Amino acid sequence: MSSLETGIDITKVHDDDHAHHEELSFWRKYVFSEDHKVIAKQYLITGIFWSIIGLGMSVIFRLQLGFPGIDMSWMRPILGQWLDETGKLDPNFYLALVTMHGTIMVFFVLTAGLSGTFSNFLIPLQIGARDMASGFLNMLSYWFFFIAGVVMFISLFIQTGPASGGWVVYPPLSALPQAMPGSGLGMSLWLVSMALFIVSQLLGGINYITTVINLRTRGMSFNRLPLTIWAFFITAILGLISFPVLFSAALLLIFDRQFGTSFYLSEIYINGEALPNVGGSPILYQHLFWFLGHPEVYIVLLPALGITSEIIATNSRKPIFGYRAMIASIIGIAFLAFIVWAHHMFVSGMNPFLGSVFMFLTLIIAVPSAVKAFNYTTTLWRGNIRFTPAMLFSIGLVSLFVTGGLTGIILGNSALDIQLHDTYFVVAHFHIVMGAASAFGLFAGVYHWFPKMFGRMMNTTMGQIHFWATFIGVYLVFFPLHYTGIAGFPRRYYTFTSYEFTKSFTDLNAFVTIAAIFTFIAQFLFLYNFFYSIFKGKKASKNPWQSNTLEWTTPVVPGHGNWPGEIPAVYRWPYDYSKPGAKEDFIPQTVPHSQTPESNLPHENEEIAIEKDIEAQNFNDQFRNAH
Amino acid sequence: MVYIIGLLTLVFLVLTVMVIARLRNVVKGVNSGTETRPENIPSGNSWNANLFILFTIFSIIGVIGTYIAAEEDFLPAASSVHGRRLDDLFWFSMGVLAIPFLVVNFLLFYFSYKYQYKPGRIATYYPENHKLEIIWTAIPAIVMALLVFTGWRAWSDITSEAPADAEVIEIVGKQFNWIVRYGGVDDNRLGNYNYKLIDAQNEVGIDLTDENSLDDFTNNTEIHIPAGRPVLLKIRARDVLHSVFIPHMRVKMDAVPGMPTKFWFVPDKTTNEIRAELGDPNFDYELACTEICGRGHFAMRMRVIVEDEASYRKWVSEQKTFLQTYPEYLAKVPDNLKSKAMKYLPENPTAPATAPADSTTAQEAGAVGVGASASVR
Repeated sequence: MSSLETGIDITKVHDDDHAHHEELSFWRKYVFSEDHKVIAKQYLITGIFWSIIGLGMSVIFRLQLGFPGIDMSWMRPILGQWLDETGKLDPNFYLALVTMHGTIMVFFVLTAGLSGTFSNFLIPLQIGARDMASGFLNMLSYWFFFIAGVVMFISLFIQTGPASGGWVVYPPLSALPQAMPGSGLGMSLWLVSMALFIVSQLLGGINYITTVINLRTRGMSFNRLPLTIWAFFITAILGLISFPVLFSAALLLIFDRQFGTSFYLSEIYINGEALPNVGGSPILYQHLFWFLGHPEVYIVLLPALGITSEIIATNSRKPIFGYRAMIASIIGIAFLAFIVWAHHMFVSGMNPFLGSVFMFLTLIIAVPSAVKAFNYTTTLWRGNIRFTPAMLFSIGLVSLFVTGGLTGIILGNSALDIQLHDTYFVVAHFHIVMGAASAFGLFAGVYHWFPKMFGRMMNTTMGQIHFWATFIGVYLVFFPLHYTGIAGFPRRYYTFTSYEFTKSFTDLNAFVTIAAIFTFIAQFLFLYNFFYSIFKGKKASKNPWQSNTLEWTTPVVPGHGNWPGEIPAVYRWPYDYSKPGAKEDFIPQTVPHSQTPESNLPHENEEIAIEKDIEAQNFNDQFRNAH
Repeated sequence: MVYIIGLLTLVFLVLTVMVIARLRNVVKGVNSGTETRPENIPSGNSWNANLFILFTIFSIIGVIGTYIAAEEDFLPAASSVHGRRLDDLFWFSMGVLAIPFLVVNFLLFYFSYKYQYKPGRIATYYPENHKLEIIWTAIPAIVMALLVFTGWRAWSDITSEAPADAEVIEIVGKQFNWIVRYGGVDDNRLGNYNYKLIDAQNEVGIDLTDENSLDDFTNNTEIHIPAGRPVLLKIRARDVLHSVFIPHMRVKMDAVPGMPTKFWFVPDKTTNEIRAELGDPNFDYELACTEICGRGHFAMRMRVIVEDEASYRKWVSEQKTFLQTYPEYLAKVPDNLKSKAMKYLPENPTAPATAPADSTTAQEAGAVGVGASASVR
């Protein structure tokens, strides 16, 4: 955490308004902080910590898959009892690794690390608010997440190992400790950790929603919100509705495990014993889980798409194409996200009629998704593109979103899913569209807003090399997995040596492993750049990307309260780039139309009349200045 | 496969070299002070633009090259009727989707290259075009409608009720192997089961109070199925979730404790036929588990043997019934069925093989065996 604190040291640059303000103690300022910017950095650093663990795990199990039975003795100091005498990975621990990799990456890295970081950092800054609606809840949200992380971390080190039933932890496997070692204490800790995590998400989500609705600055109407905020707002609503369902699923699972209920258990004979449970249904758990699980995909992806919209527009020096269509597609995707969950269950044994319904609803999602992809591409068209690392990652994201999204159309087709379900085709699909694409959004966001977070710039060249290594690496890792998927290779197999039909592709699997290690190593370039730049990076200017949104009107390092003096009013949408007639190729949102007669469109001249009204309101700044 | 590695390594190497070369160029530019870009333009802007074109070229080569190399290791054409329909649908859909895949990715990279920063150029202010947006909303919608329709038709047919003449075979998943149960050497009807009757010998919980159970037999290494007519798998699980997967038949269905599931299909290529076709005398169809079920998940292999009707019948008639294997279970047979059960015992091997099965009420229900209620009645 030392880096975090140092990063914030810069915020000691105080404005005169602050002089009267009582200094907060170290603990209140950097640890139990209620400042959204500090909390965002806490989320980011925690997310980075978890991503190293999560990705490191994938390298370990990829080694096993690429080189079955490889001697891992050199990792004995870390893996200890999970290696047998000859240094081979234990099959139970292989499953634990797969499970933890999924859980960590989906929840701790891409949900908390991405959404937690940027929703917290950008919502107040981009809508023009002093802070979140409730700084205290915001602090609680982070610390619940932190404790969830501690519990999950502890579970990695216990005798029976962490939860091992796949990140979906389907019962009865996860409900019966006798079914596998990971379903013992490890699973209990998993459930506790997830329950805490859900609390954290709900506290955060309530805050994001309230803040966006209530604390927008003067003139910041919903149709002037940057697409980032739209994405975070809709994401928070998604989370708020779906996470409680996961909570109930987890709760019922806890009951089944601890109190002998039969929500998910029925007619089970295991370890020479017939259990008394009858009448439960494992399918019920799957419905509950995926009612969160599918929106979760969009909880992870939508913020990344929002970030991308902002970055592509800024660096193409063009307005985002189809602003309204982009909002409509975010809302459309979010709405549909709730009614497609059972496409994960086509062959679970549920009524085939439901399969038809869910196939139909699922494939509709392709339409708003396609609109987004086309709009990004058109935004590039006839732009004047600056390839900052953030821009490169955003373009990479669109490519991954298209590539991975298209195979989703195959998998969303219930008939085709019969063969492909739980094969590597699925693995390839969701790693590209949800894993890598969202991670690219995270990288893009960090590169883009780093100057605002730490007052310094990250190294551009190093960022560009990081991009190319990651972009090529991700495709080299996941594209070939489609082939093994088409060949029917099932997921979560410790090794492919037990079947004749999985005897092929051994060198492809070795290749994928090597590519995965290469990609993993490339991330250290980012880590180095990130931590080095916090201390030693080039000093940033106030608006290094010549961007329009409000956060760039704050001081280089915004202090507590974000703006010294009054919060600026907003007069226009955030995408006035390269407007014909304008002096520069960007017009910040704070510039009134009355000052830009040379570039106003006809309908915008009418808006000059309401500028006085905008200036007259000051509903949303209870303090009138930074406190 | 060697080609894949070769090609991808090439792509890898070339791009690495490009990046390093670019880096050196940037360093040189900085040192010689010839850099004229304005402050807001990131270093190496045009290099990144060029790399997008290079990336496009190498990925096209990579995608085509690796596809050709990988294709030979794909599964052979499906050995079931619905499987070939799914194969056609899959490749048709892939063909349709390849178009947006190539076009959008190409445009994305090409635009990145073409519209890279140029001093003095001003980007076009182009915030919307409703006509364009309607067009590219409508086209995916129409294509989706087409794919949904074909998919839905296939799905409805595949998941429809099994034909009456289907050969019914029960398959039970447990940690970590499969057990199949056949309707029997005589009556070809599966008897009832109850999970509470499961023990070390009676692995699937055969209920011997049901007349239909008396001649049932099980196997936990291989499943024989007849070619050329529908086969209905009645699927259940004993402990945790499993999933029946016969890759060459394009068959998959989860096995769920407490909730029997089913899948029917028409295998139409016997093991011998496909061996001849592939020129591989050792080829075997296989049945795998595709739902994570614990330590041995990766090794729940069961051989699948597809035979013509005659040899299938012959194989069935030669099987040892459960009672034959474990005669001590005669004790569990109720008195009124004892006489009937006697003929399936090893002491009485000469019993007529075609004794007609009496029609009783239990028979009807026992043969269906669908629904959770069947076992707890």
